[in-house]
Amino acid sequence: MKPPRFEYHAPSTVEEACALLASLEDAKVLAGGQSLMPLLNFRLARPSHLVDINRVGGLDRIYERDGGVAVQALARQAAVEDSELVARACPLLSAAVRLVAHRVIRNRGTVCGSIAHSDPASELPAVLLALGGHVVARSKRGERRIEAGELFAGVFETSIAPDELLVEAWFPKSPKPFAILEESRRHGDFALAGVVRAGDRLALFGVAPTPVLAGAKDPARGLQPSGDLEATPEFRLHLVRVLTDKAFAA
Amino acid sequence: MKVNGFAHPAPSDPRRLLSDHLRHDLGLTGTHVGCEHGVCGCCTVLLDGAPVRSCLMLAVQAEGHDVTTIEGLAPGGSQLHPVQQAFHECHGLQCGFCTPGFVMSVVGLLAQHPHPTEEQVDEGIAGNLCRCTGYASIRRAVTRAAVLLAPLTPDPSPLGGEGANPADRSSSGGEGAGTSP
Ligand SMILES: Cc1cc2nc3c(=O)[nH]c(=O)nc-3n(C[C@H](O)[C@H](O)[C@H](O)COP(=O)(O)OP(=O)(O)OC[C@H]3O[C@@H](n4cnc5c(N)ncnc54)[C@H](O)[C@@H]3O)c2cc1C
Ligand code: FES
Ligand code: FES
Repeated sequence: MKPPRFEYHAPSTVEEACALLASLEDAKVLAGGQSLMPLLNFRLARPSHLVDINRVGGLDRIYERDGGVAVQALARQAAVEDSELVARACPLLSAAVRLVAHRVIRNRGTVCGSIAHSDPASELPAVLLALGGHVVARSKRGERRIEAGELFAGVFETSIAPDELLVEAWFPKSPKPFAILEESRRHGDFALAGVVRAGDRLALFGVAPTPVLAGAKDPARGLQPSGDLEATPEFRLHLVRVLTDKAFAA
Repeated sequence: MKVNGFAHPAPSDPRRLLSDHLRHDLGLTGTHVGCEHGVCGCCTVLLDGAPVRSCLMLAVQAEGHDVTTIEGLAPGGSQLHPVQQAFHECHGLQCGFCTPGFVMSVVGLLAQHPHPTEEQVDEGIAGNLCRCTGYASIRRAVTRAAVLLAPLTPDPSPLGGEGANPADRSSSGGEGAGTSP
């Protein structure tokens, strides 16, 4: 077997899932598996319990709420990509989701999973931040709303507690003009750097441990991105400046 | 779960990957395994008709669902599936290691876009790696497959869901973009 030993749970309701997360030590939620399964296959993650939410009913809706769009935990990225509601109310999200991996990955991957995973180079956390959206987290203790500005805590870290299930993400209506621009080595790869414009607001991704808000005049100010085989820190800063100029030229 | 139309019990160990279950427990070795982290695409199968990475699913998750592998694409085996036929005609393969994954991805692509643009073809196969062909013959095979499939699929409505979106990617290279119209 490739994945390490774990105990497998497949609850069928949100309440059951929350009860499991409250009682189990060292449990991980399994949604689309497009980030967690690679980590398990390489044994980089070794949770004692997996709580697979794919059998939870009625958790895959995409619906209009408070003038924006709510995307529930099991709504696949492909469904969001195809959603007419999203195209109408939040076209920035439609555009962003197309830049996440490939269609075959998006057939399984979820919007909420991408936000919970919080990869620094991910598009969707930056979109949530640029728009000023929020997520709704549920646990046995109750339900709470976490604003995007309070959510991202570090590389792969969020303020969602281990006993909490992220039940939906809410994206406000996208203001005009909007843009999401990124540079990657190949189509579908994680971005080397990217920018999201929502009206006057600008969020950057791939250049800090979390997505960050920045000013359009001098977007690279104060940033210290990391360097790797694919891009030096200086190149990432250069990309942010060029992409910001493009996003605000429109 | 049903695999290529036949019911099979799920494996008893939940750690069994769907890819390994297909290959080792059911002997369906047409589904190939390369990277086991979602990057190469050669393990792609259809789950309820939509292509997914079988290396990124536990076999138990397929319980209650329909899985189609390359072996099930042309039942009976007397005639190739149009996508297989197109790969054959256009020399869309050399060593063939990547081919089952490409074929399954292309089946999904053409279900979504029966008349794909060049850009949609490129995007549709971007998630599969091939070390042999250089992709040119695979692109041709996709275009050919669309032609072979056309008489078999109903005409799309003139206002069909695709291509109508202003937020379609503006380039298919490394730079991704989406802007307001
Ligand atoms: C080849 C490849 C390319 C990729 N490229 C990109 C890319 O360009 N951009 C990008 O952003 N992503 C990319 N990804 C990642 C992909 O988008 C994932 O779908 C996404 O990051 C995670 O979503 P998931 O539903 O698959 O979550 P999972 O893999 O199931 O979970 C990821 C993490 O989030 C937690 N989690 C998931 N759902 C919840 C929930 N409801 N409540 C609490 N915790 C939860 C899990 O416990 C786990 O820690 C790529 C993946 C692959 C395999
Ligand atoms: S083996 Fe599954 S994508 Fe490479
Ligand atoms: S034909 Fe050899 S890898 Fe594609």
